[in-house]
This record gives sequence, structure tokens and C-alpha cells, in this order.
Amino acid sequence: MDILFLLIPLSVILVLVILGGLWWAIYSGQFEDVEAEGERILHED
Amino acid sequence: MQDLNTQSTTYDDGVVRQFSIMACVWGVVGMLVGVIIAAQLVFPELNLGLPWTSFGRLRPLHTNAVIFAFGGCALFATSYFVVQRTCQTRLFAGKLASFTFWGWQLVILSAAVSLPLGFTQGKEYAELEWPIDLLIAVVWVSYAIVFFGTIAKRKVKHIYVANWFFGAFILTVALLHIVNSAAIPASFMKSYSAYSGAQDAMVQWWYGHNAVGFFLTAGFLGMMYYFVPKQAERPVYSYSLSIVHFWALIFTYMWAGPHHLHYTALPDWTQSLGMVFSLVLLAPSWGGMINGIMTLSGAWHKLRTDPVLRFLIVSLSFYGMSTFEGPMMAIKTVNSLSHYTDWTVGHVHSGALGWVGLVSMGALYYMVPRLFGQKQMYSTKAIELHFWLATIGIVLYISALWISGVMEGLMWRSINADGTLTYTFVESVKAKQPYYIIRLLGGLLYLSGMTIMLWNVIKTATSGKAAVASIPPVAAHV
Repeated sequence: MDILFLLIPLSVILVLVILGGLWWAIYSGQFEDVEAEGERILHED
Repeated sequence: MQDLNTQSTTYDDGVVRQFSIMACVWGVVGMLVGVIIAAQLVFPELNLGLPWTSFGRLRPLHTNAVIFAFGGCALFATSYFVVQRTCQTRLFAGKLASFTFWGWQLVILSAAVSLPLGFTQGKEYAELEWPIDLLIAVVWVSYAIVFFGTIAKRKVKHIYVANWFFGAFILTVALLHIVNSAAIPASFMKSYSAYSGAQDAMVQWWYGHNAVGFFLTAGFLGMMYYFVPKQAERPVYSYSLSIVHFWALIFTYMWAGPHHLHYTALPDWTQSLGMVFSLVLLAPSWGGMINGIMTLSGAWHKLRTDPVLRFLIVSLSFYGMSTFEGPMMAIKTVNSLSHYTDWTVGHVHSGALGWVGLVSMGALYYMVPRLFGQKQMYSTKAIELHFWLATIGIVLYISALWISGVMEGLMWRSINADGTLTYTFVESVKAKQPYYIIRLLGGLLYLSGMTIMLWNVIKTATSGKAAVASIPPVAAHV
């Protein structure tokens, strides 16, 4: 099952990319006052 | 200069209109082919004795048409609609967005021609031959540029949760498509997979299951998180839970694929890993389902009068049902009964007709009147009728296949005292006939609902005219 040497690293890299995304989202302030963001879409058009 | 001015203050909805109309057209076509092949299973004469109209060639045509033509157009339309409104900015690279429309239609037409002619790579949900695969890759990269470009030029700081789901869907599908479609071309329209045997099977289901997870789930969850709150006029029940839903789902989905290959040449530990991750997936799925349904808390009475909201909420109950059924079927002992039977086909359709279909229809019913400057759809009664035809159709379809699936599974494993099989294979086929007729009826009802929708959408579009929506000023606090 050599293919696992491709698929598992690929999936691990993807997890790292996702972690990077989560990291960015947290530290760039995406999650400040989240419930207000849910309200916002109701008033924008 | 006037033109430049409107460009910067209005949304780019032309491409949304194009994709919305084509989603309805391809919905009717794809479901019609589905009904034809369901009829072929009961009346084999309908294969017409011709290779081009035989079940084996029409079945991939059906799956491609409903998933990539109907579902794909609905995803393009809603993601372009949602990303502009939640970012309060016009689409990035409008011409490229237009290219994604024409490119995607060309992919669909090539599929509609090449599959009946017998050109196939033989990979589930990835049958199209290499030249078409290349075109898909180009269109998809353009889609990513338009979508993420729009996110990058957003006027509000926060990226709404629907966009996270759409974004994950776009990126992951690109990766899946490129890895799974790797092939060595032998000639024009003929190629050989870069992988072989069990390796190829593993890549196939790594792709196949994640296509379900990211194309048919994450993308449509993006729809759900925008259109359910909008139609209910309530914010999503818990925005924090929607964030947990997103990250938990994308962290776990990637590892569930091997449950399609239980009891095969795949190593045992890989199968068990797939099973465990499939079970874990129940938690984020149900968190999201409850979050969507609870958005209606305090507004339940709206279900009585608003058929569009009913489409959206019933789609969530089917999402909950199939994300419970899926992990159960991934358990190896359950799978030893369900695998290769109609139960699997029933499960897929409870997700496809119930979740993907209904949520897309609800979203389209929300968008179409707004896109054509109308207050509501041409006929609300027709939406009501569509809702009941679709719901009854789904119930008939999936309950018929539950019964026939479990029945044939039990017949196959039934053994006499002397160790011989109780039933021949053909006896199990014969026993399924009444259920195949019920399934055909269910499919017919669902198709007739879709046809009514196409009529209603065309009527709404022709009685209105392309609306120009202006971008509201960004609120001061952001």
C-alpha cells in the first residue's frame, strides 16, 4: 500500500494548512464578538 | 465614467442569474436521466438494445448531471451571491467569473456527449476523460481566483461563516480532483490511471468520500448558513457553534474514505481508521444540523406559511438523517450487511435528494425573485406543490431502497443447515422488483416537482427583468 505514503502526508499537510487557517482566524480577530456577525447579514440588503 | 461608477456600487449578479437558471435546467435533465435508469432496472427493454442508451453509460451521465451540473451550478450561483453580499463588495475579476460559467457549461456538455459514447476513466464521480479533466482544473482554478479575490477585497473585516465553508469546498475539490485524476494519456479521450489495483481504489475513495464531504456537504452548508437565517429573518442560532462546526468538520472529513472499502484488499488498520473517523463525524454534523434547525426558535410558525423555509428546514432534517445513517453504515459489522446492496443507494439519495436537492431549491427560490427584481416567485402555490411532490418522492424512494437493501443483504448471507446458500443471486434480484417500482414512482414525483420549479423560475424571470442591486454603505462600526 505505497499509496498511503502519498495520501497520509497529503492529508497531514492539509491538516497543517487548516491549522494555519485557524491560527490566522484567531489572531486576526475573526472571532471577536461573533454573535454580532450573525446578526449583521440580516441588515445588509 | 457612468459605467465605472455603477461598477463600483453594484453587485455583479449577471453570472449568478446564469448559473441559477442553468441549475434548474440541469436539475430537470439530470433527474430525468435518473428516472430513465430507474425504469431500466424494472424494464430492461428500455435499454433499447443500443450501447449509447444502456444503463452502464447512462448511470454516470445521471450522477455527473445531478452532482456537477445541477449541484455545481447551484454552488457557483449561491457562492457568488453570498460572497458579494457578506463582503459588501463586487465580484473580483468579473470577466473570469463569466468564464467560469461558460467553461463549466462546456464541461457539462462534453460529459453529456462523451459518457453515452462510452468514453470513461471508470472512476466513480470522476468518469470524465483527461481533456475534460484539464478543462475542469482550469475552470476550478479560475473559480478559486474569483472567490478568494472577492474575499481579499472585502469591505467588512469579518469573513462570514458561509464563506469559510465555500472556501474550504473550493480548495479541497481542487486538490482532490488533481490527485485523483492523475492519468497517463494514451490517445485523445483514452488514458490510464497513474495508480493501479488496490492503490487506485484507495485514491478513488479518498477522492469519492471527500467529494461527498466537501462538494456535497461543505459547499451546501455554506448555502445553509446564509439562506436559512435570511429566509427565517433570524440570526443563526449560535454563531460560535457554526465556527466549531466548520473547523471540526474539515479536520475530520479527510480521513473517512476507507469506509468505502471495508473487507477488501485494503489493510485492516486503514479500514478501522476510516470507520473511527466516520463515527467521529457524527458530532460536528449533528452540531451543524441542530444549529440550523434551532435558527427557527421563536419563528416556528413561519413554517406554516412559508414553503421556501420549509424546503430549507426539511433539507436539514435529511442532513441529520443521512449523517446519522452514514456513520452507522461505516461500522464494519453493519457494513457487512449493507455493502453492495440498495441500502447504499438509498443512503446516497437521502443525502442527495433530501439534503443537497432541497437546500439548493430553497436557496434558488430565495435568490431568483431578487435577481429579477420581483417581490416573490411567480407562483407560491407552485412552490408549495413542489415541496410536497419532492418530500413524498424522497420518502417513497428511500424507504423502498431500505427495504430492498436490507432484504437482499439478508438473502445473500442466508445459509442452509448444510452450509449451502439459501437463495441464488437471481432470486434476490427478483424479490426487489416491487421496491424498484416504488423507487421509480418516488423518482418521478421528485422530477415532476423539479419541472414545476423550472417553469416557475422561467415565469419569474420573464415577468421581471435583470435587477441591479446596489452595494449598501458599510456600517460605521467596522
